[in-house]
Amino acid sequence: MTTAVHAKKKSRGIGYYLKQDWQLWVMLLPAIVYIFIFCYMPMYGAQLAFRKYDYTKGIYGGDWVGFQYFLDYFNSAMFGTTLRNTFLISLASIVLGFPAPIVLAIIINQIKNNKWKRTLQTTVYIPYFISVVVLVSMLNVLFAKSGGVLSDFLKALHIVPANANLLGQKQYFVWMYVGSGIWQSMGWNSIIYIAALSSVDVQLYDAAKIDGANAWQRVIHIEFPVLVPTIMILLIMNMGSILNVGFDKVFLMQNTLNKQASEVISTYVYHLMAPTTGAPQFSLATAVGLFTNVVNFVFLMLTNTISKRLTGSGLM
Amino acid sequence: MTKNPTAAVNARNQIRDRDPADRVFHALVLILSILCFIVILYPLWFVVIASISNSDMVNRGEVVFLPKDIRFYGFQQIFQDSRILIGYRNTLLYVVGGTLLNMIVTMPAAYALSRPDFRPRNKIMLYFVFTMYFSGGLVPTYMQINRLGMINTPWILLIMVLVNTYNLIIARTFIQNTIPNDLYESASLDGCSHFRFFWSIVLPLSKAIISVEILYYAVFHWNDYFNALIYTSNNDIQPLQMVLRRILLQNEAFANGNGGVQGGYAQSSADQVKYAVIIVSTVPILCVYPFVQKYFEKGVMIGAVKG
Repeated sequence: MTTAVHAKKKSRGIGYYLKQDWQLWVMLLPAIVYIFIFCYMPMYGAQLAFRKYDYTKGIYGGDWVGFQYFLDYFNSAMFGTTLRNTFLISLASIVLGFPAPIVLAIIINQIKNNKWKRTLQTTVYIPYFISVVVLVSMLNVLFAKSGGVLSDFLKALHIVPANANLLGQKQYFVWMYVGSGIWQSMGWNSIIYIAALSSVDVQLYDAAKIDGANAWQRVIHIEFPVLVPTIMILLIMNMGSILNVGFDKVFLMQNTLNKQASEVISTYVYHLMAPTTGAPQFSLATAVGLFTNVVNFVFLMLTNTISKRLTGSGLM
Repeated sequence: MTKNPTAAVNARNQIRDRDPADRVFHALVLILSILCFIVILYPLWFVVIASISNSDMVNRGEVVFLPKDIRFYGFQQIFQDSRILIGYRNTLLYVVGGTLLNMIVTMPAAYALSRPDFRPRNKIMLYFVFTMYFSGGLVPTYMQINRLGMINTPWILLIMVLVNTYNLIIARTFIQNTIPNDLYESASLDGCSHFRFFWSIVLPLSKAIISVEILYYAVFHWNDYFNALIYTSNNDIQPLQMVLRRILLQNEAFANGNGGVQGGYAQSSADQVKYAVIIVSTVPILCVYPFVQKYFEKGVMIGAVKG
């Protein structure tokens, strides 16, 4: 097969393919040019991390300082804080947030009444369409220190102490972040599992019933194995973006009271670039961003390799 | 008989629920599903009732399940405020114009990448996919856009994320899987070019994926505040989400002096305005949603094929 392709390659020159494919190239051109200008050129610009920024000389003109800005970051107090917060939020999101859509999918799949099933599905998808700005302002009113409906509810159940400030005290930040994340995306993330479950052959259930398996056993021995490949792939993808805590929600949930727990790498980069007081530190911000990128990339490659070894399937 | 689906369902229902463990299971499913329903829906319901209730009663925690002392003060305030209208106008522009540009760029590129006889397709795919996992970072991107002179112009909000790699992949996968290659081969024998084939065969046959793509891009533009935050500072060109941020999270005062961080009556009425703002900004996208739900589900599944 390969030899045939090689033979074909040799017999036809570049001119033949250009003539054949020029229209395809034209169709691709806008996307290629956009990606080059907005993604690849900034990658080249990331060399700013190794240069002292001088606005008179532009992005490539500053003096070369090597790894100085990386060392500045590693030696600063913010290094430990931002890295710890980022890991903690990421890990909590995966550990608490990952099983939720799986359980939801199993529940939805078990509902026999079609109307109720449809209603529930429609409802659980809704929060996905709410913007982050609206989500965070809903958190602010529902969990307000005094008079917030949900914070009062939690206090009445003694889940949190009566004087707790769920939005201000830093020990609650991760819970609020992860909880609202589950509320927002649990339904959306369950779609893929529901699709996987719908592929189960009905005869399998019937056979299991005749053999005397009860509902619990059917879930454990029929449904769960069906979900395992999907679970593995999504888990790998999640682990591969361990330092990618989204900027949007953290930034909006941040306040002066919880900043010790809420400053993650992406918000730190923003604050270096656009500080409320003082001059922007462009080079340091670039270095911190580049560091995150490299760590993420290494994590992704690692999980991908491990996955390929273990399950034979990877992302690339 | 067994091939008749309703008969099979009836037979299944007869076998079901004999085991006590099964009954516990089904009761648990019912309880959990109801609980889930309430947890998801209640916060949304609360915003609705709070927006039309007496805000002093809301703040005292008296409004829990039903609206009390109904009034529409918050909504009246919004329609007197020009910021929301400007934000709405800008967002509509970005959603319509931005999504149109997205589609013009994404669909032809997806078609080209779906052609099995296009030899460099895998290398070009890698060129796109690499940007999903690696980027220059915030500052270099900002400087690049600054060099292009696009800071503080509406252009940047129209053109940012012109092509999303994930959306490109699902469109390519769809075209590859649904349009048989024979179709192109026979068309090209009759002298049909790629342009013509794309326009008169591929696009009409790809309505499902086109709907999914439009929805993904439109929701992105509707909800995007990050790009507006970074690349614009002029209030006249900022989208609704930035206006919302100023009103809801930064407590910017309303035109008549209400709002802001004040005490007493002004503060409580400002809270009511906030609930109303949440509703006015979220209802449009929720109204569209039931009609397009099946497309969203479809989109997730097409994406899952490739992973």
